[in-house]
Amino acid sequence: MRFNFQADKRFTITGLIIIVFIIIAGKLFYIQVIDRSYQLSASSNVLRYVTKYPARGLIFDRNGNLLVSNKVVYDLMMVKKQVVPFDTMAFASLLNITTDHVRDAFVQASRQKGYSPRKSVVLLKQLPAEACAMLQEKLYLFPGFELLPRTVRLYDREVASHVLGYIGEVDEEIISKNPYYQLGDYIGISGLEKSYEEYLRGKKGVSVYMVDVYNRIKGSYEDGKYDSAAVEGQNLICTLDADLQEYGEKLMQNKIGSIVAIEPRTGEVLAMVSSPTYNPGLLVGRERADNFRTLQNDSLKPIFNRSIMALYPPGSTFKVVNALIGLQEGCVYPQTTYSCHGGYTVGRGVGCHIHPSPLNLTQAIQMSCNTYFCHVFRNILDKPEFGSVEKGFTVWKNHVESFGYGNKLNIDLPNEQKGIVPTVAFYDKYFRKGGWNSLTILSLSIGQGELAATPLQMANLVTIIANRGFYLDPHVVRAVGDSMVRNSNVPEKHYTTIDTQWFDYIVEGMDMAVNGAPGSGSTARIAALPDIRICGKTGTSQNPHGADHSVFFAFAPKDDPKIAISVYVENAGFGATWAAPIASLMIEKYLRDSISRPYLEDYILQANLLDRRAKKK
Amino acid sequence: MQRKSNLVSNLDWGTIVLYVILVLMGWMNIYAAVYSEEHNSILDFSQRYGKQLIWITFAFFLGVVVLLSNGRIYSVFAYIIYGLVILLLLSTLVFGRVVNASKSWIPLGSFGIQPAEFAKFATALALARLMSPYEFKLNTFWSYVKVGLIIAIPAGIILLQNDTGTALVFGSFVLVLYREGLPWWVLGVLFLLVALFISTLVFSTPVIIVALYVTTVLIYMLQRGKFKFAISLTAGLTGLGFLLYLASQTFNIQVKTDYFYIIPVGMGIVIATLYAFFSRTKMIYGLVLFLCVTVGFSLSTEYVFENVLDVHHQKRINDLLGIESDPLGWGYNVNQSKIAIGSGGFWGKGYLSGTQTKFNFVPEQSTDFIFCTVGEEWGFVGSLVVLALFAWLLLRLIRIAERQRESFSRIYGYGVVSILFFHIAVNIGMAVGLLPVIGIPLPFFSYGGSSLWAFTILVFILLRLDADRYGTFKG
Ligand SMILES: [Zn+2]
Repeated sequence: MRFNFQADKRFTITGLIIIVFIIIAGKLFYIQVIDRSYQLSASSNVLRYVTKYPARGLIFDRNGNLLVSNKVVYDLMMVKKQVVPFDTMAFASLLNITTDHVRDAFVQASRQKGYSPRKSVVLLKQLPAEACAMLQEKLYLFPGFELLPRTVRLYDREVASHVLGYIGEVDEEIISKNPYYQLGDYIGISGLEKSYEEYLRGKKGVSVYMVDVYNRIKGSYEDGKYDSAAVEGQNLICTLDADLQEYGEKLMQNKIGSIVAIEPRTGEVLAMVSSPTYNPGLLVGRERADNFRTLQNDSLKPIFNRSIMALYPPGSTFKVVNALIGLQEGCVYPQTTYSCHGGYTVGRGVGCHIHPSPLNLTQAIQMSCNTYFCHVFRNILDKPEFGSVEKGFTVWKNHVESFGYGNKLNIDLPNEQKGIVPTVAFYDKYFRKGGWNSLTILSLSIGQGELAATPLQMANLVTIIANRGFYLDPHVVRAVGDSMVRNSNVPEKHYTTIDTQWFDYIVEGMDMAVNGAPGSGSTARIAALPDIRICGKTGTSQNPHGADHSVFFAFAPKDDPKIAISVYVENAGFGATWAAPIASLMIEKYLRDSISRPYLEDYILQANLLDRRAKKK
Repeated sequence: MQRKSNLVSNLDWGTIVLYVILVLMGWMNIYAAVYSEEHNSILDFSQRYGKQLIWITFAFFLGVVVLLSNGRIYSVFAYIIYGLVILLLLSTLVFGRVVNASKSWIPLGSFGIQPAEFAKFATALALARLMSPYEFKLNTFWSYVKVGLIIAIPAGIILLQNDTGTALVFGSFVLVLYREGLPWWVLGVLFLLVALFISTLVFSTPVIIVALYVTTVLIYMLQRGKFKFAISLTAGLTGLGFLLYLASQTFNIQVKTDYFYIIPVGMGIVIATLYAFFSRTKMIYGLVLFLCVTVGFSLSTEYVFENVLDVHHQKRINDLLGIESDPLGWGYNVNQSKIAIGSGGFWGKGYLSGTQTKFNFVPEQSTDFIFCTVGEEWGFVGSLVVLALFAWLLLRLIRIAERQRESFSRIYGYGVVSILFFHIAVNIGMAVGLLPVIGIPLPFFSYGGSSLWAFTILVFILLRLDADRYGTFKG
């Protein structure tokens, strides 16, 4: 009897099911029989999405000179199903290519991933506008073909390739990670094109059309309800000075290395040269792939941005850091003198060149005395108050890191390297715990050993000295968008762990290194200018793989620094020989916009230091 | 021999015929959805229709295996099967493969299985086992807790796999509970809450709260005929809200606008409660409770919507309700789906002549949106035939469930009906634009091995149990 008792529930459930099915049937009846609009919108069958590509943002230098703009090229599209037999010869001659080229393109197109004879596929990519003009007029003779305008980069001046970077087509991996991109889209791959991709790219728009089975456009879908306009990319104002950049690239021709110049007050990068460089126009257009391969196979690695990716031993320029740490920790005083007779002789020892002796701190910087800084370094690490060399080393390391060494400076460019500052753990492993002391790692005193920094980090060090104790995040973009206002992302100010008062002794030493009297032991007199007070420091960093690297860093003018610069020339020997004159010329170019020493300029321009590297190997 | 002849004569062949017809119709539509001039061989196993043929063959094999098995094992091993599936579900969380943002596949060589599909019949079995003993009554707190846990555990794990659609399927078991003694008003309240949830998303909170208040007052008036008190209270409170507004404007006080209706409605609740206390009208307590619960619910809805639901589900719901249009996202799909179905007209365009369902413009063409192909190529007539076949199947399954003498079989039967009904109604409802896009397959139609096999096992276990309805076999 229980079942009958429950019968009403069975009928409720049955009723519920029937009601739901009747509602669905009613809706079906409505959309299939009553409402004709669905039939109408489907009568032209399929929708076609035509992407509207925005122009990529332009890039200007700090003075408003256009560096990167766009030019129009065309992609020749084809819908295989609609192509009727046509005069291949006439077609090829309109495009100014061979018939074989056209046939190859057909074969290539049909092998594309996701190829369908009903869909529009790319037949030929990036045809120059001139070549398309003829075809455009005759296109009606070739059904199934279409020219789709695209924009590619145009470089108004062939400078700063590494900073500007390049764009390329997206690959499957990018598409799967970011649905904004579709096959055939471009994306920034390196440099500013990559780090400011989101601003530069703008926003794609789309037009939705209804097309019939023959893919003929029947009109806008739902009166353009689903259309969207393309939003142009935002322009970038970068901090580079195109003239200075160009000059730097010229000076570095036939040399390997890097120049980085920073405006100390703002952290704006004025020039960033990585040599050898390449013409940015090579990575645009149809020959892009071939050119890229050539550049990539070049043993001098022209695509590699040495300014932020190469790791060099800082060499003697690092002595200023040790001097500052010594002063801060009370391990040396400005008046402290040490005598030097050819080198530091404790332990394995460190040699030195010939110069007046004894000398105080400022003179030691002026003459770049190795012996003096061996004393300073050991004073720091073995300071009795620290109790152990490990503790002393850690204090030293923390100071060094406050100068931006061993960490990224977070410049707005991709792939910046962070450099190397060794740790206690590293030495414990390399030697053994307790198996090392200030003598074992003495080469750190002169910027050798387990230390490495990028040219940017070295330029940042001069910036700190020019500012007497702080730096701002170095950056290459000053403003985004048309408003020309400063990027809202204001660079952060970082103070080092050294008190401002100590910097004057360093500045004095660097001043004397350039402007000391003849015969006083100054190491960089070649860099001196009569009317601009340059403060600089040479370095010759030992290179285990070949000839020593020539290093120089400087800032000017002494009392109101406008430019801080580091120059690194690989395998070029003494800092004073090559790096110092290059820095001096750059400073003069930036501050005076003219060159008073054409002989010095010629000397640099004519130097070809590329083969030195091969010789010593 | 005795057993076999009994099996053959006791088997519900009508259901089996319906099942086979639906599976074959499904395959024809998958073929049509994927069909193109380049690929048209039925046995092209690189295409979905070719693969589906393999899945179908295996499904038939599974059906036969279930029919030849001993009917008792399903009640005896119900909990073990359930436990194993739960373990499998948990392991997908760990080893699973992510497909369409859901981590619900276990890779098995070149293809994968979705344990969530099999969790449905396992839960139906476990539920039947729990509720079948004569002494079990759905009226104590603990009985609800046990039933709730059986259903919520797999649903919860599936929710963690990000497969909200499949998790919602478990809600359909409420029909089983209703059949087994859940009071009608629980269904009514659930329905009310769903309606409230949707209207909260469509209308703004003040509108909902005021509407609820007015509804409550109307119920009171209709029940008691005390118009004067109700109207004067409402008028007084409206006046109070207006006064508050004026005051804030006059004295230039920055007040959240919410207070203009929260304070009057709150006072209304207080006054009504006091009135109930002094006039000893019990009904008002009920109404006040009703008002508080519904207002609380609609206030929490927004929070739940924003914080519990996935962004893509939020979008789909918003889209369906017309709150937000995402033309190239899911709204676009539903629109395309409606165009495809709508363009079929009365008679349809003819088999393989559909144009909308080619070109892959609806991404889930052969899975979740397979009904588009039916609608476009077979028209209103064909869609109605498919609907009728499904309805027939469901009604037949209800009849089968009701004729069982063992409550285990009956409860399981209703489980089968609930699951199939939910899938059919939601899938087709979504394709015609009645419901938000919830990615669950259309039984027997949608492409995919796991779902076909799971539905096959689901139905054939019932047929197996049904074959034993005249008595149990010992052996
Ligand atoms: Zn010396």
